[in-house]
Amino acid sequence: MIDLSSTFKISFRALRVNKMRSALTMLGIIIGVAAVIAMLAVGTGASRSIEAQISSMGSNLIMIVPGSTTAGGVRMGSGTQSTLSTGDADAIQKECPAVLYVAPVLSGVAQIVYGNQNWSTGVSGTTPEMLEVRDWPVAQGRPFTADDVRSATKVCLIGQTIVDNLFGGINPVGQIIRIKKVPFTVIGVLSSKGQSPTGQDQDDTVFVPVTTAQKQLFGTTFPGMVRLIMVKAKSADDLRSAEREITELLRQRHHIGAKQDDDFTVRNLTQMMQAAEQSARVMTLLLGSIASVSLLVGGIGIMNIMLVSVTERTREIGIRMAIGAKTWDIRLQFVIEAVTLSLIGGIAGIVVGVGGSKIVSVIAEWPTIVSPLSVLLAFSFSGLVGIFFGFYPAYKASLLNPIEALRFE
Amino acid sequence: MSLIEARDVIKTYSLGDVAVHALRGVSLIIEKGEFVAIMGPSGSGKSTFMNVLGCLDQPTAGVYLLEGIDIGKLNRDELAGIRNRKIGFVFQGFNLLSRTSALENVELPMLYDGVPAKERAARAVAALKSVGLAGREHHFPNQLSGGEQQRVAIARALVNHAPIILADEPTGNLDSKTSDEVMDIFVRLNSESGISIILVTHEPDIAQYSRRIVRFSDGRIVSDEPVNKVNKI
Repeated sequence: MIDLSSTFKISFRALRVNKMRSALTMLGIIIGVAAVIAMLAVGTGASRSIEAQISSMGSNLIMIVPGSTTAGGVRMGSGTQSTLSTGDADAIQKECPAVLYVAPVLSGVAQIVYGNQNWSTGVSGTTPEMLEVRDWPVAQGRPFTADDVRSATKVCLIGQTIVDNLFGGINPVGQIIRIKKVPFTVIGVLSSKGQSPTGQDQDDTVFVPVTTAQKQLFGTTFPGMVRLIMVKAKSADDLRSAEREITELLRQRHHIGAKQDDDFTVRNLTQMMQAAEQSARVMTLLLGSIASVSLLVGGIGIMNIMLVSVTERTREIGIRMAIGAKTWDIRLQFVIEAVTLSLIGGIAGIVVGVGGSKIVSVIAEWPTIVSPLSVLLAFSFSGLVGIFFGFYPAYKASLLNPIEALRFE
Repeated sequence: MSLIEARDVIKTYSLGDVAVHALRGVSLIIEKGEFVAIMGPSGSGKSTFMNVLGCLDQPTAGVYLLEGIDIGKLNRDELAGIRNRKIGFVFQGFNLLSRTSALENVELPMLYDGVPAKERAARAVAALKSVGLAGREHHFPNQLSGGEQQRVAIARALVNHAPIILADEPTGNLDSKTSDEVMDIFVRLNSESGISIILVTHEPDIAQYSRRIVRFSDGRIVSDEPVNKVNKI
């Protein structure tokens, strides 16, 4: 049996003879491999950024918002009713075993002023647990405490965007800012979180003790009212039971009869985000399979050219057979020729694909991630395409009758 | 044991509905070291017989033994192995691989015999030297004259130490001077190395180089006689 390095040498020579033809045949594979790599890079980039956003929201997150109000038969959106209170939050913390942290939120938009700078932002009254629920450490200074909440002190934590817009170089900790004209002492700066899954700047926020917000900043229809309760379940497995426990508890606390609807809505953010991530994965798969089709077309191009080549080189095959080439010597020669075509195309395709995804991420500003796995996948797939589509022409060549092949002009 | 023993070899082709009887019972024994010319008009079956002798084809009926091996019982790859190690082919049209150097053309049989690269090169260089082509190793067929190309083909036929060289009209494409040079190589190989040479030709003066002439007609051997060297022109 002929050795592989000689076979590769023979293949290279054969491919060099028809440079233009070989290049055009490779082009199909180049486009296919590049498309697979670029599409997977776009898909992976998308799902990776969704993942990042999910983890920026905090893990195992549940949100409870009030139900909708009905005014004269017109139902308003959820959250329009005012049914949740800090008491509800305390009760959830005490009575739901699947819950780790609870943070009530009373938020609104407010103008904040520091010196001659001012900025409009979302201000959230909450408890220290908020930072645990959102996995959101303080970068500088200190968080406010349960004591601050109890005594409704006028202290605040500010996000990075606020720092950038109001302070410009000055250390904000210890400074006084005015929120709705009420002076607050900045006691800490939150670490930067970036965009939320819905595209909002999460760093454009101010946290104050919930009691302070209730008394000084936002009107409440009843004492202790909040607009939102955020809950962190003990683990991902506890999300379902936490939801169930919360629903039961709140129905009981709100005196809702068995036949009545909830006056609140419990949302499991993690599951929503996982669904989004899942759809991104499906998208990746879809893009990848569409791209694979072009790789397949490239493979058919290889088969086509190899069939032409076998016909053209009938006499050569005859000579080789007369001299002692066995069935598999001939098959191997043509399969390796096809594989050489597809692998060189594959390597060029990887270069084009990686470059292409970089260009996409620059021009379209999509995050693209070329995973080594996708490169390996595309490369080995191109090799397989060569073997698969090279085999039939090789098989045909190996079946030639040496006498007739030698007579071929 | 004879080198070649054909017993009542019959070869029939079917061309559509018509059966062509190319060989109608050929029996021939060739001993080791013989130099045999096979002659006959076209269509006499001499080419078919060469194909059978060269293990490119198998008899429809009858027995062909090469060094005692029943060729009719071998499969495709076994035939290829026999061709590789037992038979050196020299064709009328040279049948060298174009765009492949003389050296690599000569290496080809060893490539299919699994000879390591270094040994291949050394043996190919030696074979080219023995046919007077030292220094032409890296020439391509289109850079060589017809006679030189045929000598490359002879080197290729020699290189695997095959006991038989089958030459099918080896001088058909050559002028008479070059023909004589090529035939002298065959004579030398036969007398010096004891290689058996079977030559197909329709030129009587080329056949005179051999020591035995077998004539074919209508798929049968019609005469088989030694060459009277005295009569050589």
